[in-house]
Amino acid sequence: MTDKYTAFVSRGWGRDLAKRLGLPQPVALRRYAADERLPGPALVVGSGPSAQALADALEGWGVEVRRDGADDGGASPEAGSDGARRPKLGAIILVLDDVEGPEGLSAPVLAAGRALRSLAACGRVVTVSRRASAADEPSLAAARQGVEGILRSLAKELRSGSTANGILLAEGVGADAPSVLGALRFLLSGRSAFVDGQFLTVGTDGGALPLDPDRPLAGKVAVVTGAARGIGASIARTLGRDGAKVVAVDVPAAGESLARVANEVHGTALQLDITRTDAGERILEHAVGRHGRLDIVVHNAGITRDKLLANMDAAKWDSVIAVNIAAQLRINDALLASDHFGDGAHIVSVSSTSGIAGNRGQTNYAASKAGVVGMVRSTAARLAARGGTVNAVAPGFIETEMTAKIPFATREVARRLNSLQQGGLPVDVAEAIAFLASDAAGGISGNVLRVCGQNLVGQ
Amino acid sequence: MSTVRKAVVVGGNRIPFARSNGAYAMSSNLDMLTAALDGLVARYGLQDERIGELAAGAVLKHSRDFNLTREAVLGSSLSPETPAYDVQQACATGLETVLGLSDKIKLGRIESAIAGGVDSASDAPIVVSEGLRHALLELNRAKTLQQKLKAVSKIRPKDVTPVAPGTNEPRTGLSMGEHQALTTVQWNVTREAQDELALASHRNLAEAYERGFFDDLVTPYRGLTRDSNLRADTSLEKLAKLKTVFGRQLGDRATMTAGNSTPLTDGASTVLLASEDWAQSRDLPILADVVDGEAAAVDFVHGKDGLLMAPVFAVARLLGRLGLTFEDIDYFEIHEAFAGTVLSHLAAWEDEEFCRERLGLDGALGKVDRAKLNVNGSSLAAGHPFAATGGRIVASLAKQLHERGEVDGRPARGLISVCAAGGLGVAAVLEAR
Repeated sequence: MTDKYTAFVSRGWGRDLAKRLGLPQPVALRRYAADERLPGPALVVGSGPSAQALADALEGWGVEVRRDGADDGGASPEAGSDGARRPKLGAIILVLDDVEGPEGLSAPVLAAGRALRSLAACGRVVTVSRRASAADEPSLAAARQGVEGILRSLAKELRSGSTANGILLAEGVGADAPSVLGALRFLLSGRSAFVDGQFLTVGTDGGALPLDPDRPLAGKVAVVTGAARGIGASIARTLGRDGAKVVAVDVPAAGESLARVANEVHGTALQLDITRTDAGERILEHAVGRHGRLDIVVHNAGITRDKLLANMDAAKWDSVIAVNIAAQLRINDALLASDHFGDGAHIVSVSSTSGIAGNRGQTNYAASKAGVVGMVRSTAARLAARGGTVNAVAPGFIETEMTAKIPFATREVARRLNSLQQGGLPVDVAEAIAFLASDAAGGISGNVLRVCGQNLVGQ
Repeated sequence: MSTVRKAVVVGGNRIPFARSNGAYAMSSNLDMLTAALDGLVARYGLQDERIGELAAGAVLKHSRDFNLTREAVLGSSLSPETPAYDVQQACATGLETVLGLSDKIKLGRIESAIAGGVDSASDAPIVVSEGLRHALLELNRAKTLQQKLKAVSKIRPKDVTPVAPGTNEPRTGLSMGEHQALTTVQWNVTREAQDELALASHRNLAEAYERGFFDDLVTPYRGLTRDSNLRADTSLEKLAKLKTVFGRQLGDRATMTAGNSTPLTDGASTVLLASEDWAQSRDLPILADVVDGEAAAVDFVHGKDGLLMAPVFAVARLLGRLGLTFEDIDYFEIHEAFAGTVLSHLAAWEDEEFCRERLGLDGALGKVDRAKLNVNGSSLAAGHPFAATGGRIVASLAKQLHERGEVDGRPARGLISVCAAGGLGVAAVLEAR
């Protein structure tokens, strides 16, 4: 599971060699710790009220803020008047929600560009802009859609573990909406280490920021399926770390490792085959009966039964559909029918880049994982009526026991095919899920967030 | 100490039972008991909880495991401030821990308890011969070189052979199977009846697994997800083909085979017991009340009764004290040490003369409805890790009772009986919640 290449090119002559040969130079990513700080001050580019609101919020979080009105197109903000070197920037917040046409992008985007050389390793670029819609004037829609191209290209320019992601505001949502600030905080944090080139759309001003940012899930009860190992175990640990009481669910046969995870996170183990018709009721019964409530359900359990479609049999096809999507749909029906799952409830489902970009030999798996995306978008409206959210994460290449079995050369190539030039860790997926499961993301629903280091395939 | 109150079964956990020298060949009693305990902790969210008291035990126990249960606590996710003690009552160990701890809860001395048992026939202690042991002890006492040489010189080649672990009765030298073979003949139990009971045990256990009954009773261990002795596809024809293994000196009257006797087995089980308040305050389920229990013993040494017949007496005395008859029992859990044991018990209870003369009743105790007997399988199918069997039965019966709920306007009621070496037997009654 260890990425020896990254270790090799991170120091000494390995680093020099990789540089000279033009080889990929992945760096160890900045990941979340309770006392985390940005690797430098945050530069807020933009002069409107939104830029001001975001700068105020950053200062409220104890971040040192620099401002660039981006009006003068002048000198680099990093060359101080006294010519002394200033510390590298930890983040650049590019506020573009007030652009009215493509020409308006020039000044702020170029101002951000001038600051890029000052961005520290594992720094962050976050754009804040409005979502383009068919109802927009063509030039407005062009400018808003343009941000997507800028962001995705910029993310590919960044090196040294830095990432660029965007926050899209739906019409009527202000830059100071709880979930805009929640998303900003997530994207600046080490929690989003392997999220790159992605957008989070804030659809409403719902949600609430946590009282304690290090325990955003305090008092919540969360169910995680497939929690016995791999990404599921990491999700259970991360939700537990964030304060949730975790109900760890897995098939009875995985009970030994499930018990270990449950004991580690001080939760409870529920041995349950999620394809049982009464799985949803059993989950509710356990969570409400033992812990008094149910706030969060993470649909993580999934299986692969890979075959080229030409060689696929019904057993392989059907079992993947049954576990990866049919079970989730049935459990969601039970949740939506229950009085115990409503206000402030969050469902997060694990999709896959295979479901977005496709993968040879995985028609069944991709059907189920693309199905998750469809399910999330359709369920969002139903849950919104009850004050809940539903979102998906789509992991790319993650270092797990499963991917460790991929032949060496194939694995080495797969690892490097993203902007961060390395595989993600299970905790990276777990962090994205923990964010989407929190009330800070209460205004975010129907989203599919990729955790793939900006994989070269797909969006 | 306050007034007597109720002790309830919250739930249980065991690891799948494994035929000896199989999946758990490399696991010690401590490993298995700790695993069963950690599974229970995970199921009920007891991490760092200080439980009132733990009691468990093993029949085949290494001397190094002198504090086995306490060591299991220290290796588990429970609070290290949880007290514990070992119990040893042969195969009744598991049931006796449940009864003893329930009494402590009823008396108000503790609020919560975990009862358990474990046994490994694979990792059994091997003992050196008495000759070698005496010589080694003398060597230990020797002070001069001369004394040491003298001690060593006493060791004879035959002394070096270790003594294999055995469960033969110390006073008769007969194995349990040989004892039961005599009892089986005495009560005219046929081979067919024994094979039918074994078949029912396998079928009932397999069905219970299929319907997910054990999903919250068993946590897999070392890759084993079900009891390895379970033969879901066995049949009367297959069982009829097996050779007899006990009572061969009886010739044609020998009926006991490997199919209708329990195999040597490794495994561990635990049961979470509590006062009603403790369970309710933690939002834990309450499956059943531990109503009462009774121990009995028989004089098998002089042949008055068969070695494993004590439960016949324990059950009669227990039901008498509670004012109950077999009509009042909805589930019978009679431990299947051997099919012949269960059938000998049933025969004795149906025998008017025996019940009058030996049990002091007016007539036969009654007939056990086979549809109510070991409905989720028992030791013939699951296997029998001696001290772990009681916990298996209590947890499974408590769940079965809870699922059944009420019968004729009263709580469903279950009777447990477990026979044990030394002519011992323990019975208990549980009621649904």
